[in-house]
Amino acid sequence: MIARKVPSRMTRLLKSLLCGMVVATTIAMDARAQSSAEAIAAVSPKVVKIFGAGGRKNLYGYGSGFLVSAEGHIVTVWSHILDGDSVTVVLHDGQRYEGRVVGAEPTLDLAVLKIETEGLPFFDLTQPTPTVGPGARVLAFSNVFKVATGDEPVSVVHGVIAAQTTLSARRGVFDAPYNGPVYVVDAVTNNSGAAGGVLTTRTGQLLGMLGKELKNNTTHTWLNYVVPISQLQTAITEIQTGKFAPRKTEDDEGSITSAPRRYSPRDFGIVMVPDVVTKTPAYVDRVIPGSAAAEAGVMPDDLILFVGEQLVASYRALRDELGALESGDRVKIVVRRGDQLVTFEFTAPRKETEP
Amino acid sequence: MRIFAVPETSHHAVCHWLCQWLLSPSKRVHQKGKDTGRASGTLTPYFLFAWMISAASTLFAADPSVLEAEHARVAMIERVAPSVVAIFASSGNGGGSGVLITPDGYALSNFHVTSGSGTFMKCGLNDGKLYDAVIVGIDPTGDVALIKMLGRDDFPAATMGDSDTVQTGDWVFAMGNPFLLATDFSPTVTAGIVSGVRRYQYPAGTILEYTDCIQTDASINPGNSGGPLFSATGQLVGINGRGSFEKRGRVNIGAGYAISINQIKHFLDGLRGGRVVDHATLGALVRTGNDRQVIVDEVLEQSSAYRRGLREGDEIVSFAGRPIGSVNQFKNVLGIYPDGWTVPLVYRREGKRHEALVELRSLHRASELLAKPKGPEAPRPQRPQPPGDPNKKPTPKPQPDDAPHPPGGPAKEAEIPEQWKHLHEEKPGYANYYFNQLEQKRVLAGLSEFMSLSALTGRWKFAGQTADNKPFVATLADAGLGLTIGEKQVYFQPLDNTEPQDEPPGTGGLLIALQHFKQLVTTDPEAFSVVAYVGSQPLDGRGPTVDVLATQAGIVQTRWYFHRQEGRLLGWDSSLGNDVDPCSVRIDSTAEFDGRRCLGTWTVRHGDTTFGTFRNTAVELQAAK
Repeated sequence: MIARKVPSRMTRLLKSLLCGMVVATTIAMDARAQSSAEAIAAVSPKVVKIFGAGGRKNLYGYGSGFLVSAEGHIVTVWSHILDGDSVTVVLHDGQRYEGRVVGAEPTLDLAVLKIETEGLPFFDLTQPTPTVGPGARVLAFSNVFKVATGDEPVSVVHGVIAAQTTLSARRGVFDAPYNGPVYVVDAVTNNSGAAGGVLTTRTGQLLGMLGKELKNNTTHTWLNYVVPISQLQTAITEIQTGKFAPRKTEDDEGSITSAPRRYSPRDFGIVMVPDVVTKTPAYVDRVIPGSAAAEAGVMPDDLILFVGEQLVASYRALRDELGALESGDRVKIVVRRGDQLVTFEFTAPRKETEP
Repeated sequence: MRIFAVPETSHHAVCHWLCQWLLSPSKRVHQKGKDTGRASGTLTPYFLFAWMISAASTLFAADPSVLEAEHARVAMIERVAPSVVAIFASSGNGGGSGVLITPDGYALSNFHVTSGSGTFMKCGLNDGKLYDAVIVGIDPTGDVALIKMLGRDDFPAATMGDSDTVQTGDWVFAMGNPFLLATDFSPTVTAGIVSGVRRYQYPAGTILEYTDCIQTDASINPGNSGGPLFSATGQLVGINGRGSFEKRGRVNIGAGYAISINQIKHFLDGLRGGRVVDHATLGALVRTGNDRQVIVDEVLEQSSAYRRGLREGDEIVSFAGRPIGSVNQFKNVLGIYPDGWTVPLVYRREGKRHEALVELRSLHRASELLAKPKGPEAPRPQRPQPPGDPNKKPTPKPQPDDAPHPPGGPAKEAEIPEQWKHLHEEKPGYANYYFNQLEQKRVLAGLSEFMSLSALTGRWKFAGQTADNKPFVATLADAGLGLTIGEKQVYFQPLDNTEPQDEPPGTGGLLIALQHFKQLVTTDPEAFSVVAYVGSQPLDGRGPTVDVLATQAGIVQTRWYFHRQEGRLLGWDSSLGNDVDPCSVRIDSTAEFDGRRCLGTWTVRHGDTTFGTFRNTAVELQAAK
């Protein structure tokens, strides 16, 4: 069905590309016409400063959030700041309100607060959110380091989306508090107090919520991630309308074991470069002498691109593809070696553990 | 190596995959089941987007406005980079950055850079040359230092902009010598946007306080301290000095702070005068009340604000022309003014608005300002915390980024270049008294119109009429000072070592004030026990900018106001004590009597009241017997 649609989609696509090129230039210029200052002026009043529990030692007692209704629904991250009975919410004009938590979704690291007021500027989540990819220029708004107090506008930093990837909430190298797709930003957006702030396009369209500080425990590098608003939208709306039921927390380990793990690169005699980042490229580290891979001529530093027809963008994708093989399957592997693509064929060996 | 290959690789892979997808859609459908879903869901639009962009870029090259902006940026950086200074302590310990603001070599930096660099330092410019420089003035509270680079009178200088027009989102460029990277002294340029304006940063353990500063996400790192923050058009809008570094080692994490150039302009003349300048206090404590009111909690009775009527419980409406809605805003405004300035204050009591002009007092005692840190504090970039020691994180507070050690070279004792030794003079209360004498000389030249009076130290007699048509006679003789107004008002101040009096009563000591004018124009100013150049300020808070010269004789302190541009004397304030309103004399015009220029019309004020305006019609000036 989809196949039949493709030709027409292609024509449409080409057409739209041609128009798109013209439009893209126009849009780019329009975007500049609407200055950053205007975008900032429009977004700033929708971001709030939150003060709550903490304030001792390394536990900061301040954070950020953003308004999603005129009646004072505020989205923020689920954090220790919310541990008290209530928090203080300071609006852009310096007005202070007592905020209470109306709902939270820990798997999304999300909490929704409410202050009792009306007529506030807010992000309309019913509007479609723009899709952006790596290279898109963005602005981040937050109460970082509590620099802004009272009626001072929150801090704004600029950056570029460096990647779209998936964070796994698990223990280990990155103790991520959230599980799911994220934007990774090249600017240092995730500092103390910044979590709960917003990421927008250069023209001020909402893209997502700034995450917490996230440090790689091995390299001591920091990852600035942003949860796309599309991930939060449903939960926010449900909490707002009172229809929210916390999701069952998926057993992460369980979901991993449920994916088939019948074969690994080692079964073919290939030792991969260690899986260190979310999308570690599938590079061959070494080849076990005498193995099928060695005989076929796989070499260290080969980059595995395809397993069968399937692109393997990362080590994990490779693991998934090999894991799904059945004993005796013929499998074609395409690697890149220097400027060349080299193809190998293997047969999945019979494993002793199989009945 | 492998990791660096990733972008290229993925691009290849992506193209390959894309071709496959375009050529064999049906196969793709079969694969769909195995696909994670995510890949096709998010990658497809990405490809189209990427393709569109690359197609557009080949068709249109680049948006001309983008190229234009880039050219403008490059040209701007080329234009301003020669004014950026790399500062090194002559001892070889530490350093930082600075920026030239005049062709004769005056350059701004941070106090925390120069405080570790000694009196003389070495400065590099992007012409690759190293120049000697001498400290001129310091502002320990505002973290500003003025130095003078030596050996040229045609230094490339930056143009100071108006930092009040800087707004959040503006592009800004930080330049300087972070990590002392540039061995040829060409500055490192980092670009960012303004993240916030009018930020207040609490004192970080010292008296150093950043008020009304510009927050930027341009990278500001150790060694950037004292360097310029330029606007997109290359105007100097701030001096970079501080960053929120917190727990990630002492490198930039997206929050740097620059002292606004408008604040520095207020202090600049004081700094040129070689002073240790001080910031100010209103003499009142304020708190934020309900509904964003700022309420006065306490007023010092000695303060000018108290004398102008401010009382506990009053609400501050505006200060120095800026509306006040929080204590931070109040501190922001207060922090940009030097002591001794007069600024308008609007306060509300029981619904009624009151306006006043208040004089600001100094914030610190001289001893507090002079207790400056000796030597470089920690002129070395702090290494990131060793791994696995999460308990030893530094306290999360912004800190000045002390300049790092220059690479290599053992620390030597500072050598003062023989050629420039005369450019420094120690004196308590001054960073370099030599420069105060320079400014005194410049300002005193403004007395030239009264030059013909200089020999006339005998009896002076002014006769004329007041604005309300009463005749008056003022007599300034060695034995005493007298004034008669109309027929009944007679005032006298003996000069036989009796205490100076408030004569006529309610003027703050007009007779003494007139005597001091005579002393200033007839004798060498050194006859005063203290003569000092103070700086510049708007006359009476709203008037033209004036140079301020302070003199003291006995207990009487006088501040003389000279037009900053034209040089002529506009008036003076003489006070009989420390916390009292002075007698203010303002020269409305001068006039010639027997070919000698003297006071023509002059107005006398004290506190809130105008005592009178006097017009001299006959002046008798005698030479000493």
